[in-house]
Amino acid sequence: MLDGRSLVKRTAGLRLWLSAGWIAALVIGAVFAPWIAPQDPLMQDLFTSRLPPFWMDGAEPGYWLGTDSLGRDVLSRILYGGRVALIVALIAGTATALIGATLGLIAGYFRGWADMVISRLVDIWMAFPPVLFAILLIAVMGTGLTSVVVAIIVIDWTRFARVVRAEAMAQGAMDYVASAQVAGRGRMSTLLTEILPNVLSTIAVLLTLEMGIAVIVEAILSFVNLSVSTDDPTWGGMIAEGRLSIHQAWWVLVFPLVALFLTVLSFSQLGEGLKDRFDPVLN
Amino acid sequence: MSYLRIRDLSVVLRGTRHRLLRDVSLDVSATEVMGLVGESGAGKSMIGKAVLGILPRSARIVSGSIELDGVDLLTLPPRKRRTLVGRKAALIPQDPLTALNPARRIEPQITDRLVDILGWDRARARTRAAEILHDVHIPQPDRVLRAYPHELSGGMRQRVLIASAFAAEPRLIVADEPTTALDVTVQKQILKLIFEMQARHETALLFVTHDLGVVSKICQRLTVLYGGLVMEEAEVGAFFDAPQHPYSRALLAATPRHTDPDADLTPVPDAVIAEARRAVAEADLRWHT
Repeated sequence: MLDGRSLVKRTAGLRLWLSAGWIAALVIGAVFAPWIAPQDPLMQDLFTSRLPPFWMDGAEPGYWLGTDSLGRDVLSRILYGGRVALIVALIAGTATALIGATLGLIAGYFRGWADMVISRLVDIWMAFPPVLFAILLIAVMGTGLTSVVVAIIVIDWTRFARVVRAEAMAQGAMDYVASAQVAGRGRMSTLLTEILPNVLSTIAVLLTLEMGIAVIVEAILSFVNLSVSTDDPTWGGMIAEGRLSIHQAWWVLVFPLVALFLTVLSFSQLGEGLKDRFDPVLN
Repeated sequence: MSYLRIRDLSVVLRGTRHRLLRDVSLDVSATEVMGLVGESGAGKSMIGKAVLGILPRSARIVSGSIELDGVDLLTLPPRKRRTLVGRKAALIPQDPLTALNPARRIEPQITDRLVDILGWDRARARTRAAEILHDVHIPQPDRVLRAYPHELSGGMRQRVLIASAFAAEPRLIVADEPTTALDVTVQKQILKLIFEMQARHETALLFVTHDLGVVSKICQRLTVLYGGLVMEEAEVGAFFDAPQHPYSRALLAATPRHTDPDADLTPVPDAVIAEARRAVAEADLRWHT
């Protein structure tokens, strides 16, 4: 029988598996890049420059996705670039979630002056254009992986704070919170055992979205050459370089772009899928 | 000797001088069932919430005292007050759908209080939880303890909440319109269950409702509120024979009768409302000066 619920479950399941599969493949590729990358990602060889991908005429075995104008292997560079993207996604995403969600919970549940301070701060923060803010921060801190991670945290904690605050407020007005209070629970313990489990799924969804955003921000910053050093391959850097030779070798631009697109899409779909999966009411 | 003793309790809307409760005095003795009746917004739930310390953020107690078992709750520091209320009082909430945490299983939601307040170990609390679920006529208590709230029906959840309220042997139960959110068919069973449990555990019961029919059947005394002001406080027998206050009389006359379902509803006459409003205004005049 195909009722509505099982249909929702099935498509949710498919989405979950596809997105988790792509991310898993990416993680494996990034972790084992030194062993599985067919070429050295930094090796330049002008004799093999602008080789097309494997299905086109003139392709060379061992250069599956072709080479760029300096003869560097595109596939290897994508694998190594995935390292930077994933490290940023993981560290920046998690740290942003921790900081933003904590502030959001405090503001939404305790209210009062803490809420006043945090909410005004969020309002002021959100008035800055995020990418310009990031570039400004990097300009002050200098380029490098740490700067990129810090910039993302500083910019994006507000996203968590605002959503989690609203959610915590809604949960705080529920009768079960009043019941817990009547049963002698302290405020902090109510926050941890009653409110937190109910906003956890929201935080998880936001976290996966945030990881996608972190990947994009990193790509933007490396596109304008403000991320890690120019020696290390990054997707944003590859896109910037590929842009210059798009008429001669479109693959240099397109493949990192596809990797970026699929990764960001997978992160957001993973979030949606997880939400459906862990929603106790839907199950 | 009253177990719950409220004197001149006034609650205002935070940041204003507008009173939601106006010098309310109320006594509930140790095994008594006290009905709190009034229209929506009369402040009947507010009294229960003030006693339990769960007033909404927008409401603030400005004067009066609430004594529970001889201890004035309002002079206690918040932590002490919570522990005391947790030990001696419990709430049967209005809406069973939002009164259980959807993200937690039933078991901890019943046993938390036993562990936190009474200091029992988890195993003993679990045994007690199963026992009290059995008392509220829930079949297969062990299965229910492992369930999440959404797996249970509304009536079942209300039974769980009743069990949870009585689990730690409190001496005062505040039931805040415990059947309004339920299906009519289960309302009667739930009411019966509440009074069965109240009689067995010999607790005091503050029963907030707008249903005078229920009050006439189960309460010993009742308090009628209008605009946060006590209109009349009486023995149930005397009240239904001859309500003293004009507002009470009008409220009683406005109750729909099962014997004649087609009869038009009788609204409370404007003159009576005007008089009740005058009483409220006079009380405020005394309070403000």
